[in-house]
Amino acid sequence: MLEVNAVSKRFGGVTALEDVTLAVNKGEIYGLIGPNGAGKTTLFNCMTGLYSVTSGEIRLEGHPLHNRKPHEIVARGFARTFQNIRLFANMTALENIMVGRHTRTRAGVLGAVLRCERTRAEERAIRERARELLDFAGLHGKGRFLAGHLPYGDQRRLEIARALATDPHLLALDEPVAGMNPTERRQMGELFRRLRDAGITLLLIEHDVKLVMDVCDRVAVLDYGRKIAEGTPEQVQRDPAVIAAYLGAETRAAGAAP
Amino acid sequence: MRRKPQIAFFWLSVLLVALPFLTGAALGNSWVRVLDFALLYVMLALGLNIVVGYAGLLDLGYVAFYALGAYLYAWLASPHFGVHLPFWAVLPLGAALAGLFGVLLGAPTLRLRGDYLAIVTLGFGEIIRIFMNNLNAPVNITNGPQGINLIDPVALGGFRFAGTQQVLGVSLPSTYLFYYLFLAFTLAAIFIAMRLQDSRIGRAWAALREDEVAAAAMGVNTRNLKLLAFAMGATFGGLAGGLFAAFQGFISPESFNLWESILILCMIVLGGMGHIPGVILGAVLLTVLPEALRYIGDWQRHAFGHVYVDPSDLRMLLFGLALVLMMVYRPAGLIPSRQRKREFAAEDGVAEQEQASLYDARG
Amino acid sequence: MDIFTQQLINGLVLGSIYALVALGYTMVYGILELINFAHGEVTMIGAMVALSVIGLLMGAAPDLPGLMVVLAGVLVAIPACMLLAFAIEKMAYRPLRKAPRLAPLITAIGVSIILQNAAMLIWGRQYVSFPRILPEARHELFGAHITDLQIAIVALSLLIMAGLWLLVQKTRLGRAMRATAQSKEVAALMGVNVDRVISATFVIGAALAAVAGVLVSAYYGLAHYYMGFLLGLKAFSAAVLGGIGNIAGAMLGGLLLGVIEALGAGYIGDLTGGFLGSHYQDVFAFFVLILVLVLRPSGLLGERVASRA
Repeated sequence: MLEVNAVSKRFGGVTALEDVTLAVNKGEIYGLIGPNGAGKTTLFNCMTGLYSVTSGEIRLEGHPLHNRKPHEIVARGFARTFQNIRLFANMTALENIMVGRHTRTRAGVLGAVLRCERTRAEERAIRERARELLDFAGLHGKGRFLAGHLPYGDQRRLEIARALATDPHLLALDEPVAGMNPTERRQMGELFRRLRDAGITLLLIEHDVKLVMDVCDRVAVLDYGRKIAEGTPEQVQRDPAVIAAYLGAETRAAGAAP
Repeated sequence: MRRKPQIAFFWLSVLLVALPFLTGAALGNSWVRVLDFALLYVMLALGLNIVVGYAGLLDLGYVAFYALGAYLYAWLASPHFGVHLPFWAVLPLGAALAGLFGVLLGAPTLRLRGDYLAIVTLGFGEIIRIFMNNLNAPVNITNGPQGINLIDPVALGGFRFAGTQQVLGVSLPSTYLFYYLFLAFTLAAIFIAMRLQDSRIGRAWAALREDEVAAAAMGVNTRNLKLLAFAMGATFGGLAGGLFAAFQGFISPESFNLWESILILCMIVLGGMGHIPGVILGAVLLTVLPEALRYIGDWQRHAFGHVYVDPSDLRMLLFGLALVLMMVYRPAGLIPSRQRKREFAAEDGVAEQEQASLYDARG
Repeated sequence: MDIFTQQLINGLVLGSIYALVALGYTMVYGILELINFAHGEVTMIGAMVALSVIGLLMGAAPDLPGLMVVLAGVLVAIPACMLLAFAIEKMAYRPLRKAPRLAPLITAIGVSIILQNAAMLIWGRQYVSFPRILPEARHELFGAHITDLQIAIVALSLLIMAGLWLLVQKTRLGRAMRATAQSKEVAALMGVNVDRVISATFVIGAALAAVAGVLVSAYYGLAHYYMGFLLGLKAFSAAVLGGIGNIAGAMLGGLLLGVIEALGAGYIGDLTGGFLGSHYQDVFAFFVLILVLVLRPSGLLGERVASRA
């Protein structure tokens, strides 16, 4: 489904990603883990068109994604969320999701001004779909609230609902349970499985090892911009390189502390 | 209960129709001219509001598009080139030309950060003015600083907007006639601006304004939408420019200096960016107030026998002060928009939810 | 007379003034990512204050040598502009540091209008002429003329720029400025007083602008309440040309823009077959700006990409 082929990304002299290759299969939940600064979010940004890649290629269902505009990638069926939630804070929850329908709808200036039958039908469909997604994400009845004023967990869920509004085949979530309590995490885990059952392939960046082990079908581990392991959660957990990277990261962190 | 909005609408219509007569009777006919200008500025402000208020792009050379519309009108309907096309033919051409220039100017700059747009549009406004001032030799295109005179009066189906005309037995000076013409255009502009705001395009603009990266990641083609906002704004400007030329019968580069752009920006900021009633209020206020400021000069002469501070000098100073004070103390404008009101409503909602979840946790 | 050499000299002289003003834009942009529209007006205020002092001194002590009089004007204009910039930053920009991007930009325009119109009320609508009290000897250089004043402008500008370079590279304040430009948050964590650094940046920029204001009014022989607008626009273009946020870039961009303008104005008549004349001189800065933004938005020496995710 998604193939990342020998992707490197350099910022000036700093190499953020080096020769990363991985493949996500249709219908699975794929986890991307690694210590802080390992290049996970950079890889996400390369995949979703926010960064250009220095070399290598990324393909979704055979179509090249690298160095394409973000909106083209969304149109191909690949949506994402952000690590530091990026909702449209001064728009309502419902409007946020409605923006997600942009790629799948057509009305232009003329349609907006004349508001002909077709535009009105489209608007109704947008609104209806947005309501469905609001309920799906467990935000029933919160559509009128400003996104910026929702509680944290609801904001995370709203961001997923907004991404789902673009009808993705592949959904990339950047630390979706960060800052959540165990109950909320469990609910999120259930949401991920429901998404997979609905036929959406998931790509997760996560720190919470337990969640990754619980829900992911396969996992890749990044360290210093390289992929150091890939496999089922059990395989990866036993991988000496992974253990070294994580322990190393801990000793590094311990060493940096005064 | 349900008839209330209709009743309000009815009285508003009556007021708008009667306004020039009321104004003319109360303040004199020169104030009807001020009303005409107020309507013109409402159109301009609504256009700029699409760019600044909806899409969040700062355009400081807006008046250049206004000038393009006005000059095209003057070229195609005056003795300057000896071309005399009818009003209805020239007006859309001016709007289209301005829109085209909007795209030409926007295309290279809109992929960059917003503040570059501000400076480029500022420069563009000056360039247009320099060309207007100097393109009178060797080929006389703009007639230089003297401007173009004797622009054809508006003629609609043999009815000329010049001098005093008899309509249904009432004799109307041309300022009254232009009032109704401008009112029609202004209402259309309000209608278009409202419909645009509440549409797929309007939502995408709002998203763009809120967070460009997130908007792009949600499938919004940011570049095209910015360009669209820019071109739409320019089109409004071009249209207003054509109307201005037809109304004045005379245009010169003086009418299109940087201060006009700033003035229109002030109108939006004062009233409330992105909020149509606010923008209308801002435009009307800032057209009428400077006229009223003239009385300060009279008052000084009356009190001291001498004018110490020329009110027209004071005008821009006050506008500058208004810009700064509004941004620092009341960034949402005089009339807070629907969104602001909703924010307060949502705050209560969140409080309630948190209460509710507290009880849940206890249970 | 060799027109090319002459225009080159004129361009370098004008360019060194642009560079001084451009430095103020680029330093503020480097730290706050704000186009300080009011900077051109600060330059104008510098010229106006200096001219007032010069006028007063000439009335009070007519025997004083011209150079001393002008120097006194500069020495009053510099602190005046520094104080002005300090106040502007504190009252108009600081409250909006966390506001949406559009807000400080609009405020900056507001401040610019206030300064311009206040200047108009104080000094009037007329051109204020710069008295002819400076030595005006002309020298021959490669078949062109160069005046004492032109030499002085270039030399003084280069001296000031060298001083600024040392300040930014070698002093504690300079290091704090560079750190703040990289990241305000990290700099604050490392114990840098960010507010003070930002104030200092504005104030230093204003001092350069004051000098530039006096130089430009001496060069053209006049000052006007409206002069800051176009000068500011050109200086900003120069900063973008060199790479906004980059100090060496602002210097290079200023000099280059001056040369482009002078050569352009000198040859535009020939190039367009007489269709456009030298009164289009002011157009060049703008076209340079557009071209740079289209072809190389990071400018000649800039590294930072224009849009950051």
